[in-house]
Amino acid sequence: MRYIRPLSIEDAVGELARAVGPAAILAGGSDLLVRMKGGFIEPELIVDIKAINGLSDIQETADGFRIGAAVPCAVLGENKALRKAWPGVVEAAKLIGSKQVQGRCTIVGNLCNASPAADSVPALVAAGAKAVIAGPSGKRTIAVESVPTGPGRTSLAKGEIVEAILLDKRAPNSGDAYQRFIPRTEMDIAVVSAGVNLTLDEHGVIKAARVALGAAAPTVLLVAEAAQVLVGSKLDEATLERLAKVCSGACRPIDDKRGTIEFRRKVAGVLAKRVAATAYERAGGK
Amino acid sequence: MAGVAVSTTINGDHVEYLCQPDETLLEVLRDRLGLTGAKEGCGTGDCGACSVIVDNRLVCSCLVLGAEAEGRQIETIEGMAHGDQLHPLQQKFLEHAALQCGICTPGFLIAAKDLLAKNPSPTEEEIRFGLAGNLCRCTGYDKIVRAVQDAANVMKGA
Repeated sequence: MRYIRPLSIEDAVGELARAVGPAAILAGGSDLLVRMKGGFIEPELIVDIKAINGLSDIQETADGFRIGAAVPCAVLGENKALRKAWPGVVEAAKLIGSKQVQGRCTIVGNLCNASPAADSVPALVAAGAKAVIAGPSGKRTIAVESVPTGPGRTSLAKGEIVEAILLDKRAPNSGDAYQRFIPRTEMDIAVVSAGVNLTLDEHGVIKAARVALGAAAPTVLLVAEAAQVLVGSKLDEATLERLAKVCSGACRPIDDKRGTIEFRRKVAGVLAKRVAATAYERAGGK
Repeated sequence: MAGVAVSTTINGDHVEYLCQPDETLLEVLRDRLGLTGAKEGCGTGDCGACSVIVDNRLVCSCLVLGAEAEGRQIETIEGMAHGDQLHPLQQKFLEHAALQCGICTPGFLIAAKDLLAKNPSPTEEEIRFGLAGNLCRCTGYDKIVRAVQDAANVMKGA
């Protein structure tokens, strides 16, 4: 095995593209080292991306935020501007693991690990976040929901690295939120989860919405029909009931040790209502 | 496998070592450097017994590669007391009997040190949340929480 710490994204991409055997990207390592120790992966090359310029920063740009792939979730929580603009994304990222794990884990790692139950991913999908991907043939930017293709699988080609996540500049009267169901009070994996992102007009009527569900299908679900239910409403009781029904119906969950299909369907609806209410309040709606 | 040459700082001392690319920082600390205060409980980042501070961040040393320590500042339990003078957290853990078997204790002390450095007056809830990454199978946690509260009071007065 070889461990390298390239200083440029081009070098990192080049090394990954040239690698003959299995290669792994190391940022926080909170998934990678566990998988290595468990014997699930035996990389011949580990590319530590933390020394690459710009990958450890959160930049506030004219278009919004650019979160480098090596930024630990703890740093997201300490960034006041990001917390104010995207509280749902930050609260989701802050739910991943313990203090110790927070100091290492990254939202890009969470995305590329491609677990359907990843906490930050429904929040990022609801937020309309984009992933900036560097690869052998240059850079491309895609919607985050296009990165995971199934449990543990991504659309990334050989040599490609997600180098940053982009979040738009916040429109006025906007708010987002994320919640998950777990049987404990913290430090657990989502049984089912929901992220909602709303923008209201000056009268409190929802004019744009995105609703995402986690642990409800092989990948995080963006539920377009749920967004349609919300747009044009002031989140009255009837709208919330319709939202719950649509979200429960959109689920394609599995039965496993964490929960049954029936339970996940029901709770997806309940969480969608609660999360929509929080997002609405954060957007300034009453 | 070729060894990786690492130059780092541990508890204020400059340290150099050679490690294998797949060797964790915990293995380096314990097996190469003789710093056996950090313990291996689970080896998967769930129990916190291997907690150390790297560049002012609390981490599980079982989830860090030894090679990643290059150029970093690492604090371990061995650097907590000054000679015979215990850190207030260590003193209060003794006074409150906040340990029984002791395996989790170095991790708890390091995590509590990090917690109080960032939040000198934590509420009980903040202490419980802040230390949720450390597991103890003996004490039931109450004594640990009380020891941390008491230490926080002493450290504020200092």
